[in-house]
Amino acid sequence: MPADPARLACGKACTPELMERIRHAMEIDQPLPTQYGRFVKGVFVGRTYNAGTEVQLDCAAPCLGYSYQTDLPVTSLIKDRLPATLSIAVGASLLWLLVGLSGGILSAIKRGTLIDRGSQAFALAGASLQIYFVGLILQFIFVNKLEWLPMPGYISPFEMPLEWAKEMVLPWVTLAFLLSAIYSRLTRSGMIEVMSEDYIRTARAKGLSARRINFKHVLRSAITPIVTVFGLDLGALLGGAVITEYVFNIPGLGKLATEAVENVDMPVVTGTVLLAAIFIITANMIVDIVYSFLDPKVRLK
Amino acid sequence: MSTQVIAVDASRVEGRSPSQMAWERLKKDRTAKISATVVFIFIFLSVFAPLFAWLTKDTPNAFHPETLDSAMGALPIGKLGGVSGDHWFGVEPQTGRDLFLRFVYGARTSLSVALAATFVATVVGVVIGLVAGFFGGKIDQVLSRLMEIVLAFPSILFALAITPVLEDFLIGRGLQSGNGTRIPVIIVVLASFGWPYIARIVRGQVISLREREFVDAARALGASKFHLIFKQILPNLWAPILVTVALNIPTMITAEAALTFLGAGVMAPLSDWGAMLLSSVAFYSVDPMFTAIPGFALFFLVLAFNLLGDSVRDALDPKSSR
Repeated sequence: MPADPARLACGKACTPELMERIRHAMEIDQPLPTQYGRFVKGVFVGRTYNAGTEVQLDCAAPCLGYSYQTDLPVTSLIKDRLPATLSIAVGASLLWLLVGLSGGILSAIKRGTLIDRGSQAFALAGASLQIYFVGLILQFIFVNKLEWLPMPGYISPFEMPLEWAKEMVLPWVTLAFLLSAIYSRLTRSGMIEVMSEDYIRTARAKGLSARRINFKHVLRSAITPIVTVFGLDLGALLGGAVITEYVFNIPGLGKLATEAVENVDMPVVTGTVLLAAIFIITANMIVDIVYSFLDPKVRLK
Repeated sequence: MSTQVIAVDASRVEGRSPSQMAWERLKKDRTAKISATVVFIFIFLSVFAPLFAWLTKDTPNAFHPETLDSAMGALPIGKLGGVSGDHWFGVEPQTGRDLFLRFVYGARTSLSVALAATFVATVVGVVIGLVAGFFGGKIDQVLSRLMEIVLAFPSILFALAITPVLEDFLIGRGLQSGNGTRIPVIIVVLASFGWPYIARIVRGQVISLREREFVDAARALGASKFHLIFKQILPNLWAPILVTVALNIPTMITAEAALTFLGAGVMAPLSDWGAMLLSSVAFYSVDPMFTAIPGFALFFLVLAFNLLGDSVRDALDPKSSR
C-alpha cells in the first residue's frame, strides 16, 4: 500500500497531471499549518475529506482523520477497537491495585519477615520482567500445555461474559504482575515512612488498635503518591496497551496503532496518538483534582 | 604534651570525603557486588563477542541447515532447541543460526544503544535542568512546560510512529537506509523521551543549591553565570545524576527491546534480543528455548541494573533505607 493518499486515489492509470489535480483536491498541497488547522477544526465540528477529484467523504465530529486505506473515518476505526482496550485496562488495573496494595500493606506491617521478603522479591521480579516475555510464558503454560484457558482475544462481554473473562485473564494477569510491583514498593516505603511519624506514635499511645492505625492513619497518608501513579498508568493504558495487545493479538487501540504504523496508514497513526495523549492529559487533570481531596495541604486555586 | 596527643589522634582518624564513604558503603553491600558482577559479565560478553565467534569458528548470521529437522517444519534437532557442543544455546528454528552468538551479539546491541541513549538523555537533561533551575522565571516556565509536554506523550506509541518517519526524512536527505541510520534515530528517539526525568531532578536540586552561600561567594567574586552553573553548582550534583543514570539504563534497555519487538527497532540481520523475542512468537509453543534465551537475558540484565541502581542510591544517601 502506498503511504501517499493521493497515489492511492490515483490508481493504476496515473499520470503526473492527474496526480497533481488529486493532490490539490485532497488539499495535500496546502501548507502544513493550514492542513493542521483544518484537522483540529474537524475534531470539534467535523469536516469533509475529498478523495480524488469527485468523491467527497463525510467525517462527523469528533473527526480524527480519514483512513484512505480502509476507506473509513479514523473515529469509527477507534470506536471498534475501544471496547477491547477498555476491557484490558479496567480488569488489569483493578487486579494490579488489589495485588499491589495488599502486597505493600502486608510487607509494611510484617516488615522484615518472610512475607515481606517474598513480596519484595515478587515486586523486584515484576519490575524487571517484560510484558512480551511473561505473556508468552503464561500463554505457553496455560493455553498450550495445561489447556486451562482459550487463546486470548476479545468477545463482547455483553454477549458472552464468561468467554470474555476467560480470554482476558492472561492479559490481565500479565499486566497486573508487572505493574503491581511499583504499587507494592510505593505502598511499602510510603507506609514505613509514615509509621515513624510522631502522630502515629500519638495514635498508638492513646490506645488505638493496630488495624485502625494502619488503615485509617498510615495508609491514608501513604496513598497520595499511589493515586498519582495509578492515574498516569491508567491514562497510558487507555490509549492502548500497545505491547500487551500485540503479544496476545487483541484488537484494541494499541493493535490498531501498530498495524497502522506497519501499513504506513498515517491518518490512523495521527488519530490514535492524539487520542492516547488526550487520555494521559485527562488522567493527569483528574489526578490533580483527586489530590486536593486526599491531601488538605494541596488546594486548587 | 598536647601536640603529641593531636599527632596520635591524627594518625588514627582519617579524613574521608563523602564519595569515599559512599564507596565504602557500596563495597560492603552484597547485593551491589552480585549485581555489579552480573552487569560486568554482560559487558564482558558484549565487548568480546567477536572472540566467541572466532573461538566457535562461526558467525551470528551463518545458517546451519544441518541442525534443523526438515520433516518437522525446520525445527532444531535434539533436545532444548538443539543444544550441543557446537551450539551452546541451541539454534534458531528455520535458519539454524547459533543462538549463543546471537545472544552475545544481542547484548552488544542492547547495551550500546541503551548506554548511548542514556548518555544523550543525561547530557540534555542535565543542561536543561541546570538552566531552568538556575535562571528561574520565564526560562524555567518554558522549560518546565516543555518537560511536562514530553512526559504527557504516549512514549511507546509515539516512538513507534516517529522512528520510521524520522528515518525516511534522513534518507530523503541522502543518508543510506539501514542500521547505520536506524540506530542513531533510535538513540535520539529514546533520549528525547528520557531527558525530562533527569532534567526535573536536576532542576529541583539547583533551585535549592543556587541560594547557598558558596554560590553567593562566587558571584560576589565576579564569576560568570557559566562558571556558577558548571563549576560551582554542577559538581555538587553528581550523586543524584549518578543515581538517575543507573536507574535510566534499564529503562532504555527495555525501551529498545520493546521498540524492536514491535518492529520499529534495529533491522535484521543484526542480533537483538527484542528481535529474537519477536521471531520466537511464531515458535514459542514448539521451541520454548528460543523464547527463553532472549527473555531471560533481558530479565537478568535489567534486574542487575535495577539492583545496582538501588544500591548506588543507598550508598550515596545514608538516610534512604530499603
